Amino acid sequence: MNYINKASMENTKMAELVISNPKLMLTLSRFGMELGFGDHSVKEVCEKANVNSSFFLMICNIYSNPDYIPTSDDLNTVDIEAVLSYLSESHKYYVEERIPHIEHHLKRIIEACPERFGKTLKRFFEEYKKEVAHHFKYEEETVFPYINALCDNHVEKVFSINEFKSNHSNIEDKLDDLMNILIKYLPAEIFPKERIEISLDIMDLSSDLNCHTLVEERVLVPFVELMEGKCYENK
Amino acid sequence: MKINKIVIAEPSPILVAGLIRFLEDLNQIQVVSVVDNIDDLNDKIIIHNPDILIVNPIILGYTNNKAFKQISQISSECICIAFVTTFVDKSFLKCFKEIIELSDNKQKVNNKIFNLINNDDASSQNESVDLSNRETDVLVCVAKGMTNKDISDMLNISVHTVVTHRKNIVKKTGIKSVSGLTVYALLNNLVEESEIYE
Repeated sequence: MNYINKASMENTKMAELVISNPKLMLTLSRFGMELGFGDHSVKEVCEKANVNSSFFLMICNIYSNPDYIPTSDDLNTVDIEAVLSYLSESHKYYVEERIPHIEHHLKRIIEACPERFGKTLKRFFEEYKKEVAHHFKYEEETVFPYINALCDNHVEKVFSINEFKSNHSNIEDKLDDLMNILIKYLPAEIFPKERIEISLDIMDLSSDLNCHTLVEERVLVPFVELMEGKCYENK
Repeated sequence: MKINKIVIAEPSPILVAGLIRFLEDLNQIQVVSVVDNIDDLNDKIIIHNPDILIVNPIILGYTNNKAFKQISQISSECICIAFVTTFVDKSFLKCFKEIIELSDNKQKVNNKIFNLINNDDASSQNESVDLSNRETDVLVCVAKGMTNKDISDMLNISVHTVVTHRKNIVKKTGIKSVSGLTVYALLNNLVEESEIYE
């Protein structure tokens, strides 16, 4: 398979990496990186932004190859704080930027709809926003603090990452539904141009959320499972 | 034209190479993954969601019941073809849609797969996209926020039947969430706004 490995990364230019996989552009700000890489290598850019390059590489691999599953050796090189901060930044990006952007487009479509359609669409999106907020809140207020406590070696709460694993809800479904409604079911005359744009935005968000879920399921969960294993061994 | 994703599960690299060589000329397929053990196979099925699985029953440990159950479960989601290289119990082979044998030549293998793919296409084309009357009844109830139990009581059908209708509704409309289906019902004038939100 076509994974980026550590050795080849040392020489790869950051600009080339991003151009060959533009989806990565969305993740840069979550790492505190900015465009304007010049000829700097991936390694140099990571060092400058104070980013653990192994973790950055893992994200790159997840974004460029849906088959990628990090090995436990890979996981051992990762710093959990970096993972949590990356995930929180992603949440912030979805809630503060992407979703409002889509909502803004949608509002114009809603205004152009006959009132009763507009009302249901609006309600649909409000519900979606609530669902997303709830999903992220659970992670940030229950799951992440548990992991932090685990790091500090004092776990009092009866919780395990397994609980998260089995409850991890899917927040992409409703987006797909919205796409279907916009593309298949909304009457043709309502804002065709705007609908194409918003559909493309939704596709981007949906694919980014997919990768986000993969980061949680293939990096966060196995990492915490390793930690839980060590923690209970010591007790 | 739809490209069918194939996963091959076969421990012998020589046989895998031969099989792939045979499949080269079929343009409706793509081999997305090759595995040599059961654990990897399960992973790859989840990741790729293949249309066709070509599996050597040896990999499944074909003599036990568990393997039997597993393959029937997989075959509900994709077309399973047995790649038989040694003696395998006949009853076990019944779980598979088709069997490829070591003595098959290229033409024969290609025909077998071609037929499977095109049969499958024909059956999905025959399915109507429109909701049946009963499905529409169920959809209206779902849009009104009723539970499966409520719906089964009201329409006088079993909960199991309600679930089957709901699955078909999702398949036909492409919409999975209840609130999405509500929007769909309203857009198609199946329900009044006042009936949904009180």
